[in-house]
Amino acid sequence: MAGPAAPDCVASASGIAKAFGPGVRALDGVDIEILPGKVTGLVGPDGAGKTTLIRILAGLMAPDAGTVAILGGAPSERLDDIGYMPQRFGLYEDLTVRENLTLYAQLRGLPGDEHEAVFARLYQFTDLGSFQDRLAGNLSGGMKQKLGLACALVRTPRVLLLDEPGVGVDPISRRELWAMVGELTAQGIGVLWSTAYLDEAEMCDEACLLSSGKLVFSGLPSDLTRRVDGRVIRVTGFAERRRMALTEALDRPDVIDGTIQGRAIRLLIREGAPVPDAATLGMGTDTLVEPAHPRFEDGFIEQLGGGPRGTSALAASYREIPASDEPAIEAQGLTKRFGDFTAAGDIRFTVPRGEIFGLLGPNGAGKSTTFKMLCGLLSPSDGTGAVAGHDLRHAAATARASLGYMAQKFSLYGDLSVRQNLDFFSGAYNLSRARARQAIERMVEIFDLGDKLGLNAGMLPLGFKQRLALACAVMHEPPVLFLDEPTSGVYPVMRREFWMHINGLVQKGVTVLVTTHFMDEAEYCDRVTLIYRAEQIATGTPDALKAQAAALGHLADPTMEDAFIALIEEQDRRHAREEAA
Amino acid sequence: MGRLWAMIVKEMWAVLRDPKARIVLVAPPLVQLFVFAYATTLDVKHVDLGLLDRSSGVHSSELVSRIAGSPYFRHIVRFENFGELRKAVDLQKVHAALVIDEDFDAKLTRGESATIGLVLDGRRSNASQIVNGYVSRIAGEMGLELLSPQMQAAAGGSVVTNWFNPTLSYFWFTLPSLVALITSVSGLALTSQSVARERELGTFDQLMVSPLRIHEILIGKMVPPLIIGMLNGSLYLVIAPVFFGVPFTGSVLLFFPALFMYMLTVIGIGMFISALSQTQQQAFLGMFLAAVPLIILSGYATPIDNMPGWLQVVTYADPARYFILIVQGLFLKAMPASVVLSQLWPLFVIACVTLTAAAWLFRARME
Repeated sequence: MAGPAAPDCVASASGIAKAFGPGVRALDGVDIEILPGKVTGLVGPDGAGKTTLIRILAGLMAPDAGTVAILGGAPSERLDDIGYMPQRFGLYEDLTVRENLTLYAQLRGLPGDEHEAVFARLYQFTDLGSFQDRLAGNLSGGMKQKLGLACALVRTPRVLLLDEPGVGVDPISRRELWAMVGELTAQGIGVLWSTAYLDEAEMCDEACLLSSGKLVFSGLPSDLTRRVDGRVIRVTGFAERRRMALTEALDRPDVIDGTIQGRAIRLLIREGAPVPDAATLGMGTDTLVEPAHPRFEDGFIEQLGGGPRGTSALAASYREIPASDEPAIEAQGLTKRFGDFTAAGDIRFTVPRGEIFGLLGPNGAGKSTTFKMLCGLLSPSDGTGAVAGHDLRHAAATARASLGYMAQKFSLYGDLSVRQNLDFFSGAYNLSRARARQAIERMVEIFDLGDKLGLNAGMLPLGFKQRLALACAVMHEPPVLFLDEPTSGVYPVMRREFWMHINGLVQKGVTVLVTTHFMDEAEYCDRVTLIYRAEQIATGTPDALKAQAAALGHLADPTMEDAFIALIEEQDRRHAREEAA
Repeated sequence: MGRLWAMIVKEMWAVLRDPKARIVLVAPPLVQLFVFAYATTLDVKHVDLGLLDRSSGVHSSELVSRIAGSPYFRHIVRFENFGELRKAVDLQKVHAALVIDEDFDAKLTRGESATIGLVLDGRRSNASQIVNGYVSRIAGEMGLELLSPQMQAAAGGSVVTNWFNPTLSYFWFTLPSLVALITSVSGLALTSQSVARERELGTFDQLMVSPLRIHEILIGKMVPPLIIGMLNGSLYLVIAPVFFGVPFTGSVLLFFPALFMYMLTVIGIGMFISALSQTQQQAFLGMFLAAVPLIILSGYATPIDNMPGWLQVVTYADPARYFILIVQGLFLKAMPASVVLSQLWPLFVIACVTLTAAAWLFRARME
C-alpha cells in the first residue's frame, strides 16, 4: 500500500491521475481516504472529476498514475466488499423493484435462500416494501435513489461508493437518504458521498473538495469554513432595493462574494480588509449589519478567488422594459389532467413586471407541469395563462416570442458551432439581419465567446455552455425569462455570475419565472409558490414562508430548506386528518 | 420567412455536422450501389454440372462438349456411379447432374429419338429452373441438327427479340430501380431521425418554446432530406449511364417532378415515424419497419403480378411501386408524359396522405 494512509482507513487512493485524450485531464494527482464509520464527502461542481475518481475506486477504470487500495488490496480483489451506486443507469427501468433487487442479489452471488431475509431488511430500511411490484422507471427521483442504494447493499459492503445520490432528489428525500447513510456508518461502513451541492459537504464527517481535477481542500468541513469565520456578514434594512444593494456591495473592493437571502444580502469580506459597518456600506439609515454563520461554499469561493463583480454588462446593454400595470405572468386556475390523474390543479398567481417568481416543490408534484403550461409546452386542461399580456391559448406564438427560455439540461445544439447556435436562435426569434448581427456581437463580447465561435457547442466547458444558453435565451431581449433549474450543479462562481446577470436584468424590468428545488435559487426569488401533490400549498416571499414554517415547527431560524420540509409535512398531516375525517 | 430560413439552415447544419447523420448520407447509397448492382444478380452463371455418362459414344461426347463450351457452365464433374452423383448433389458440390443412359448413342445412330436425364437440386428452385432451361436448349439444338434437312425445315423454330433491354442485361433492370431505393432509404433515415434526435437530446422543448410555428418547424425539417434525396437521385441518373451503360431514353423534365413527388411521400412517412419516436433508436427501428415493405412491395425484386391478389391490392399504397415504374420507363423506353402523369397522380395522393398524417401526429405528440 502506498502513501501515508491511516492504518484504519477502508479505502485510500494517492496521486491519482487520469486523462481522457490529450489535454483533457479529468484528475490530476488526487489523494483521498475513506474512513470506516464515517461519511467522506467528495464535493465539487459538475465536471470536476468526481465520477472518474469513484469509478477508479470501484475498480471500473484504471488510473494513469497513482495507487488505489481497498482494505489493503487492489479494487478488483475486493469487489465483494465494495458497494457502488452509479449516478444513472444503475437500475433497470423496465424491471420492478423486486426484480431489480433479485438481479443484483444474483449478480452479487447472494445465496438464494438468503434473498427473502435480505430483501425484507432492505424494504424496511428503504421503506419501499409497498412498491415491490412497481417498475423502477415509474418511481420518483428519491425512490429511485433509495432503490439504487438498496441494490448496492444486497451484500453488506465495507466500503460504499455513492455517486451523486442527491441529484434529482427533493429536500425531503434527500434528508431521508442522509438518515439512511447515517445508519450505515453506525454499522462501521465507510461511505463516500459525492455531490455537487456544496451545502451537503457540511453534513459530511470529512470533505474532499475537487475543482477541475485537483484536490483543493481535504479535511473537516469546519476547517474550511473556519478560514472565513468573522468575514461573513448579513445586511438588512434596505427593503425594496436588495438587488441594487447587492450590485453596489459586489462592486466594492473589500467584498469578494455576495448572495441574496430573502430580504437580506449576505457578503463575504476580503481577507485582511476590515469588516464594513452600516455607515461604510452607505445603504441608508436603516441598514443593519450582523455577523452570519459561514458556510462551506464561502470557503470554496474564497479558494477560487472570489465571485464576479456586481454590475452586469448584459443588463447594462439591455433595453428598459416599459412599465405596465398589466402583470407580466398570470396563471388563472391552470389545471392539467392526464386521464384521471391531475398533474397540476387550479394554480393561480400573478407576477408583476420586474419580479422573480419561483415555483418550488418535490419531483412530480406539478411544478414542471405548471411551468410547461406557462411557456406553451403543454396546453392546460382548464384555466388560462398569459405571458406579457398574450393569452396562451389564443396567441401562443406571440406569447412565446416574448419569452426567453433556459433549461437545466444543456438544450442547445451540441453538433452545431457556437456561432451557428447564435445564428439559429436569432433567426428563430425573427431578428432582422442587422439586429441579429448586433445582438450576436453584443453576446460574444459580454460572454467572452470570441475565441469559441467555431467550436461545437457540445464541446464547450460547462460554464461556457451555461453562458451560451443564457445568450441564446436573451438575444431577442424578451420581457419575460423562464428558467428551469438554471444553475443546478454549476460551478459556484458561474452560478454567481448567472444570478448577477439575472439581477441586473430584473432591475431593467425583466420578469423571471424560475422552477427549482435548489434552495439557493429560491432565495433569489421575490416570491415563491410551493406546489405539492398538484396543489399550491403556500405562496409568499421566501421570508414569509420561513416565518410560516417557524411558527409551524417551532424552529428558531429556519433555512429555506427547513421551510420547504416543514410546509410539506404540515400538508401531509392535514391530508391525513382529512382522510381520517 | 426569416424564421423558416433559420430553421432550414439549422437543420442543414444538423445533418452535415452530426457524424451519425453524415454516415446516413454516404453509407447507404454506396452500400446499396454495390449490394444491389452486383450481389442481387438473378443471372445463373458459373454452373458446376455433374455427369454420369454411361454411353460414352460420339453423340454423348458431342453433347457434353457443347455444354462445357457454353458460357454458363464452369466445370463438368464426371461420376462413375449413381451413388457418387447423389452424394455430390446432396453436398451441393454440383448444381445439377446430367445422366446419359447406355443406349443413348445406339438409339441416335439408329435414327431413333433418345432421352437424357437431368437431376436438379430442388432446394435451389430458381437456379435449377434456369439450369434446366440451359441444358434443354443445348440438347434441343443438337437434336434439331441431327434431323434430316427436310425435317429441320418443317420443325421451324423461333426468333427472339428482346425489346427495351436487347441483351437482357441485369444492370439494365436493377439500376433504374436503384434510384428509387436509394432515395427512399436516405430520405427515410434522415427524416425519421430529425424529431427523435431533438427529443432525445432535449432540444425539442427549446424549439417548441421559440416563436417558430409548427409548419415552419415541419418544413424546415423536411427541406434538407428533400435536397439530399434530389441530389442522390441526380447522382444515380448520371452513374447508371456513365458507369453501367444503362441508357436514359426519357425526359429529364419528367424525371425530376416524379422524384420530387416521390421524395415528398417518403419524407411524410419518415416524419410520421419520427413524431412517433422518443429516441433515435426507436426511430431507426421504425425506419426499418417501413423501408422493408416499401421495397418488397414495390415490385423491384419480385413481380407484383406473382403476388396473391390481396397483396397486389396493398401494393397500390406503396409509393415506390409508381416511382419504380416511372424510372424504369424513363430509362429504358422513353416513357411519354401522359403515361408518367398516370403514375404521378397516385404519388400525389399518397404524398398528401403521408404529409398530413405526419403533421397531425406531430401536433398530437407535442406534449
